[in-house]
Amino acid sequence: MDVWSSLMDGFATALTPMNFLYAVIGVILGTAVGVLPGLGPAMTVALLLPVTYALEPTSAFIMFAGIYYGGMYGGSTTSILLNTPGESSSVVTAIEGNKMAKAGRAAQALATAAIGSFVAGTIGTALLAVCAPIVVKFAVSLGAPSYFAIMVLALLAVTAVLGSSRLRGFASLGLGLAIGLVGMDSVTGQRRLTFGQPLLADGLDIVVVAVAIFAVGEALWVAAHLRRTPLHAIPVGQPWMGKSDWKRSWKPWLRGTAFGFPFGALPAGGAEIPTFLSYVTEKRLSKHPEEFGKGAIEGVAGPEAANNAAAAGTLTPMLALGLPTNATAAVMLAAFTSYGIQPGPQLFSSQGPLVWALIASLFIGNFLLLIINLPLAPLWAKLLQLPRPYLYAGILFFATLGAYSVNLQAFDLVLLLVLGALGFMMRRFGLPVLPLVLGVILGPRIEGQLRKTLQLSAGDPAGLLGEPIAVGVYVIIALILAWPFAYKLFRRNRPATAPAGGAAGLATDTDDTVHSNHHAVYSDHKEQP
Amino acid sequence: MTSLTTGLKGRSELGVALLLGAAGVVVFLDANGLVTPYSKSDPVGPKTVPFIVAGMLVVCAVLLAINVLRGGKGEAEGGEDVDLTHPADWKTVLPLAGAFVLNILLVDWAGWVISGTVLFWGSVLALGSRHFVRDGLISVALSLLTFYGFYLGLGIALPAGLLEGIL
Repeated sequence: MDVWSSLMDGFATALTPMNFLYAVIGVILGTAVGVLPGLGPAMTVALLLPVTYALEPTSAFIMFAGIYYGGMYGGSTTSILLNTPGESSSVVTAIEGNKMAKAGRAAQALATAAIGSFVAGTIGTALLAVCAPIVVKFAVSLGAPSYFAIMVLALLAVTAVLGSSRLRGFASLGLGLAIGLVGMDSVTGQRRLTFGQPLLADGLDIVVVAVAIFAVGEALWVAAHLRRTPLHAIPVGQPWMGKSDWKRSWKPWLRGTAFGFPFGALPAGGAEIPTFLSYVTEKRLSKHPEEFGKGAIEGVAGPEAANNAAAAGTLTPMLALGLPTNATAAVMLAAFTSYGIQPGPQLFSSQGPLVWALIASLFIGNFLLLIINLPLAPLWAKLLQLPRPYLYAGILFFATLGAYSVNLQAFDLVLLLVLGALGFMMRRFGLPVLPLVLGVILGPRIEGQLRKTLQLSAGDPAGLLGEPIAVGVYVIIALILAWPFAYKLFRRNRPATAPAGGAAGLATDTDDTVHSNHHAVYSDHKEQP
Repeated sequence: MTSLTTGLKGRSELGVALLLGAAGVVVFLDANGLVTPYSKSDPVGPKTVPFIVAGMLVVCAVLLAINVLRGGKGEAEGGEDVDLTHPADWKTVLPLAGAFVLNILLVDWAGWVISGTVLFWGSVLALGSRHFVRDGLISVALSLLTFYGFYLGLGIALPAGLLEGIL
């Protein structure tokens, strides 16, 4: 089979001693940085991007594969032991996971999270290997109008579906698109928003933007609100599970995977909704519903699997369409472009060996994660005790180093500070950062497709509707935009209806509940001495 | 003092609306200043998208201002080490930004080892560590390690600056 032999070639590339070493380094770095509070996988990849510039692309992406899953796993360790999820996708894990840890079952919580991540990651990667070529086959038939529509859909979906305030999402998107405009226009060579500054003519380096928004913004924001009494991390020994834990975990793992992958692969991906759906499902199906809220292992196993499967799913549109739907994929896309590689349907034919090596190393990274991290868990738990001044000074130090080493220009550091201040402001006033980063990355590509479309139709706007797929996508966009109004109307007409039934209704409720859980988690902390 | 100032108090989020509006105006003026002859091969031209973005920013600015005046509030972001119960601590943030600026000014002239040391040391102190000597040693070690690590490991020569010839 074609997929099979390509994948085997990928394994052959990824398993050469040097590349294998990079995978190991990636997994360890990814987990270590992911465990550190305040650092999510996206920031990990962004901070380590400049370091990989000196490597050849294949080795660099093998390392990214390790960092990607390592960062995810590290995040769940933090939320179980500290009860403070760094990312929205770990919120649900923290609910039951931290209760388990408090009840002295931290070892089992970490074990079910690790093994569940492995199971979900492996199945998810296998699905990625099977699905991506199919999506590619479908995608090569698409022309500029469809691409334009799909990219607009991805931007709007991420902006409108995720986050608590759509208005603030769109504000963030607008800022991102404006930043993306800076530099020389690729068609006419006109300079836009450069203010006569020659250093801006090439546009803003996406690495600088990502590091500024994710790392510098975060470090400044935490500095302004640093917790004076650090949280108490629950100490943990070697993770292990008893027979009954296995029995109670394996079904949630599989169900979580089934929720996670499709949601991750959708243009409005993200792990929030599937992790929550998984949690609700497990609660309903569990034979021990009374344990939920007190540390039920199913409530850790399912959402963790969903989280990791969603992470694998996200890579499908990223590799096959060049469409990132979460922050980590966005930064990885930036990495591709900085190597002069354009993700998209042509990627599989032009860079086949690289893509398959990346997919193979996702399998390897997953496996390494399991065998390295189970014994190392006590060590990771110690990392949580790192004094906060060193942690955040270190983030600033490495962010500066990374951004500076790209071009060796002090000017980039000025940009880093200015955009870092923007990131600070966005966190202060609740503007989500993901739409901004996606706007910077996708904005220029959307503009390119728009101009190509109208060039083909000789300026006739009807050209935008020239392909059936494009028309279909616009219908979906209209539905997404109209949904809240329709929902309000529905609520007004039937004020007393219980939120039951319909899949769409479920999705919106899910969103609300995740946010209120977020609050619950934090208010929990304030009560601690 | 006046009803205006009391009305604006606690509405610092209006500044965000102002920033969005200003960004929109800047994008619009910049695009408007471009001179492009109509070309058949590029009917959209370099102005269209900036105009759309500018419009979007201005609309968001207006809607956000209305939202805030009606009592809407952005939800500040939480996190592992974030304690939102106390107000923003500018005594930490400003020295931190100061260390960052110092690094920008120093890096090309004094070199990475010196400026990086200043950056890390300054940041650690700003963040509340009080082990002056230990922190200084860690800062120097970090800067030296990254300098040689980048040079030997990655082939990236960070500026040596004042220490040129010694390093």
